[in-house]
Amino acid sequence: MLTRRIIPCLDVKDGRVVKGVKFLNLRDAGDPVEIAEFYDKEGADEITFLDITASHEDRDIIIDVVYRTAEKVFMPLTVGGGIRTLDDIRNLLKAGADKVSVNTAAVKDPDFVKRASERFGTQCIVVAIDAKKSQKSEVRSQKLEDKSLKSEIRNQKSEIYRWEVFTHGGRNPTGIDAVCWAKEMEEYGAGEILLTSMDRDGTKDGYDIELTKSISEAVGIPVIASGGAGNLQHLYEGFVEGKADAVLAASIFHYNEYTIKEAKRFLKDKGINVRPNF
Amino acid sequence: MIAIIDYGMGNLRSVQKGFERVGHDAVVTRDPRRIADASHVVLPGVGAFKDCMENLKNYNLLEPICKAIESGKPFLGICLGLQILFTESEEFGRHRGLDLIKGKVVRFNFKLGNQDSQLKVPHIGWNDIRIKCRTPVLEGIDDGFFFYFVHSYYVIPEDERMIATTTSYGMNFTSSICMENIFACQFHPEKSQEGGLKILKNFGDLS
Repeated sequence: MLTRRIIPCLDVKDGRVVKGVKFLNLRDAGDPVEIAEFYDKEGADEITFLDITASHEDRDIIIDVVYRTAEKVFMPLTVGGGIRTLDDIRNLLKAGADKVSVNTAAVKDPDFVKRASERFGTQCIVVAIDAKKSQKSEVRSQKLEDKSLKSEIRNQKSEIYRWEVFTHGGRNPTGIDAVCWAKEMEEYGAGEILLTSMDRDGTKDGYDIELTKSISEAVGIPVIASGGAGNLQHLYEGFVEGKADAVLAASIFHYNEYTIKEAKRFLKDKGINVRPNF
Repeated sequence: MIAIIDYGMGNLRSVQKGFERVGHDAVVTRDPRRIADASHVVLPGVGAFKDCMENLKNYNLLEPICKAIESGKPFLGICLGLQILFTESEEFGRHRGLDLIKGKVVRFNFKLGNQDSQLKVPHIGWNDIRIKCRTPVLEGIDDGFFFYFVHSYYVIPEDERMIATTTSYGMNFTSSICMENIFACQFHPEKSQEGGLKILKNFGDLS
């Protein structure tokens, strides 16, 4: 039976691991390769590198990190952040990544997701959605005039949305409804959704369950819950209430608050089907 | 020397590093001579079925692959490298495969409304296997071992006797096959930590 996944996420900036609190105030938490090896031994189910290096010219740094990591660990590796072209994807896969996650590039050009999934297979294209609760039900209809957005979401002007998609590491609002966007990305060939609640990220208050559940029930592809995990109960809630297929967490693992093994034991005791490696 | 066939797709480096980790030298190549000279041949792959076939054609690799299999040397197919051996696939239309194994490649199709409706496609993550047929590549691997899967399509061989393992996802599907010198798996041994490395070691140990 397929098990639920626990995925530690390493935010990597200029080749070093950092963890942002609400995408600000970065702290340095070490060498990505060493940390990946540590999580491999711990029995993490996958590892995600999120490259938050500002400049596209510095892409070689993350490629080198992936390259060196793939020498040491034999587990699935996803890389996201700053991916703009099919060549970017090819270079990461070649270096040893199994999946890539795209966010801004998908919003700018949804066809990019289509081309990427046709070229590399849907299974390796993850669409990352940074979503934030929205009070402004009007934003959508205004922004929908934006010609860069394709397809049906443009026509559903009357519907009020509850979470808005952000791009550029959470800086830019798009006016797009997150649930509609997830469905659309599935149609364009996304193999998985990495869903981050911007409201919860860095808060340790738990995942945004409503958001996670809404998207997980709306799409037929796996959803990874992200943003807000502060304890093991939160992981449990992400699976059971949020209906996530995988949970992603950073600080609770990076700062040794819990080990992956403890997390798995906790979840197993509560009846969640996890891969036994403890 | 193990030859890992490079047809411009997929994560070949992990496969190569996996073999090195368990003490087997492996080269990534698309040179027909090196494939012919190799003791073992590996066809890895992620990506789309059609592109895979086209790339194999464009790099003139179809013949070297078929020859390698005919020669009787150990052959390992991984993921798309399993699917491509089959007669045809329905991924993005209908496409012919190498037709070395009779059967087809179909998509997981879980109808909405029944109990499987919560099953997501692609099938991504760690799932366990049931062994149907003992083969040296599975030495030391038992029922219930977990491997990493990431795929939307699975194979249906006409001859069920070649099914080496099955895995449950909505139903039992074929997660690996063995036929003479061929072992091919839907899961990724190079991404499956200890159990996966064991399979790579076993394969490399075949003579």
